Amino acid sequence: MSKGRGDGRRAVIVGVATSDYPRLPEMSEHAVHGQAADRALADAGLTMADVDGFASTGFFPMYATGVAEYLGLHPTYYDETNAGGASFEVLVEHAAYAIECGAAEVVLITYGSIQLSQMGRRLGTGGGGGAGFAPGPAIYDALWGNTLVGSYALAARRHMHQFGTTPEQLASVAVTMRQHAASNPQAQEREPITVQDVVGSRLVADPLHKLDCCVISDGGGACVVTTAERAADLRKAPIYLLGAAHSTTHHMNISAMPDLTVSPAAQCGPLAFARAGVRPADIDVAQLYDSFTITVVLTVEDLGFCKKGEGGAFVENGGLGLGGHLPTNTDGGGLSACHPGMRGMFLIVEAVRQLRGEGGATQVPEAKIAVAHGTGGMLSTGATLILGNEEP
Amino acid sequence: MSDASSAQTDERPAKPRPAPIPDHDSAPYWKALHEGRLLVQKCLDCNEFQLYPRDRCLACRGPVAFVEASGRGTIYSFTVIRQNYARPFRDWIPYVVALVDLEEGPRLMSNLVECDPDAVQVGMAVEARFEVVSDDAGIALFAPAK
Repeated sequence: MSKGRGDGRRAVIVGVATSDYPRLPEMSEHAVHGQAADRALADAGLTMADVDGFASTGFFPMYATGVAEYLGLHPTYYDETNAGGASFEVLVEHAAYAIECGAAEVVLITYGSIQLSQMGRRLGTGGGGGAGFAPGPAIYDALWGNTLVGSYALAARRHMHQFGTTPEQLASVAVTMRQHAASNPQAQEREPITVQDVVGSRLVADPLHKLDCCVISDGGGACVVTTAERAADLRKAPIYLLGAAHSTTHHMNISAMPDLTVSPAAQCGPLAFARAGVRPADIDVAQLYDSFTITVVLTVEDLGFCKKGEGGAFVENGGLGLGGHLPTNTDGGGLSACHPGMRGMFLIVEAVRQLRGEGGATQVPEAKIAVAHGTGGMLSTGATLILGNEEP
Repeated sequence: MSDASSAQTDERPAKPRPAPIPDHDSAPYWKALHEGRLLVQKCLDCNEFQLYPRDRCLACRGPVAFVEASGRGTIYSFTVIRQNYARPFRDWIPYVVALVDLEEGPRLMSNLVECDPDAVQVGMAVEARFEVVSDDAGIALFAPAK
């Protein structure tokens, strides 16, 4: 990532894959990891025998250790940092540091979830609303029946109040994601929708409607990070990690978030751009965490694609579509394609595919620089990766 | 999908509002609410106010003490929860979750009561209502200021 550090080892992404998705009733969660891992290694032209570093994360301590056990790996570098939806961007950043300092040669990073098959449709929109699980300070927000959707709704309401953002502007994010999903045969929802469909769908937590919320899916993905030197002998041209950064605003208590209209992207975004030596205007294609429509509006502002408060105008009228200001979530995103709980891996996979020209019907012509930005928790964590297909 | 309609067919007895489990930081806060008083912390060095209760001042890391708050504030943001499967909340749908900025400065989350959910506005003046939820804890709900 950084020129001239150590002996000049540079971290690159050489393999990516998604597992089957969005419904996997006949697979275990660990088998989803395995399928994605096999495909990502094959994409790179590597095998499990080449892997000396492993990273993953889930909802239990020592989760990655368990996945490594299942896959038969005995890595000498491992990482299971959990930053919610931003986890996989953080794991790639950490892997890059490990590779650049010589602590690992080939790091495999996997994600797998069978949330939809395991939990039915109850989790994403209604879950997180109980108080029983809340240890320590989490109790201060857990007593009131707030939900995960409710937390993002609080941010959306405040953004509307401060900047005049409209439900129709938020809805346009969902409409554009659905347009992209129509070109993705695996996408969970592919039927075209209109702004009126979104604002006419039932309210889950005002002002967020059902179609302002991501789908709930099974699925996973994997990527392989190694050195540029090693990549020279591999199947695909390397994708360079130009810059990366992550940050937090709070944990589970959204009452502790200093400003509901400013996400962690406001801190880690500019840092990642500075480390990469590029500007938002240099980005050809974006993969932005879209748990909810408001998440995308906050993220385009905080990453610097428009001014604070102007995100609503930026995303409307196809601003995030092919040919718009910022082609975003070219696979259909979490709003339409697949959201198994921690979607960050999908952002990385799609960013790499776009930079390789493997984007199919939603390929952004001559895409050279991409951003993948994950958002986790309740706007709690953010992590930005700037990727490019040319050696910096 | 089951939502509010399933609450009406749920024949189990109503589940009470959850009660906090006080710890070393929070016991005085919950105890005061049990007695009908809302406390905030004030820094003994820099005079900043804060919630939730901690062992130190967030601004300067100085020592803090509890002081009584007026119980008045304004709505910073709010949402009307219309889907939640967890009991007891599903029995309350629709209900208002609000972030309240207290007069003293700190922000807290609560439910807005005594108010039509469709009439809530950001910036609305609100005041605390107290409810006992266990032998050693109460909570502060908020209602439109009279």
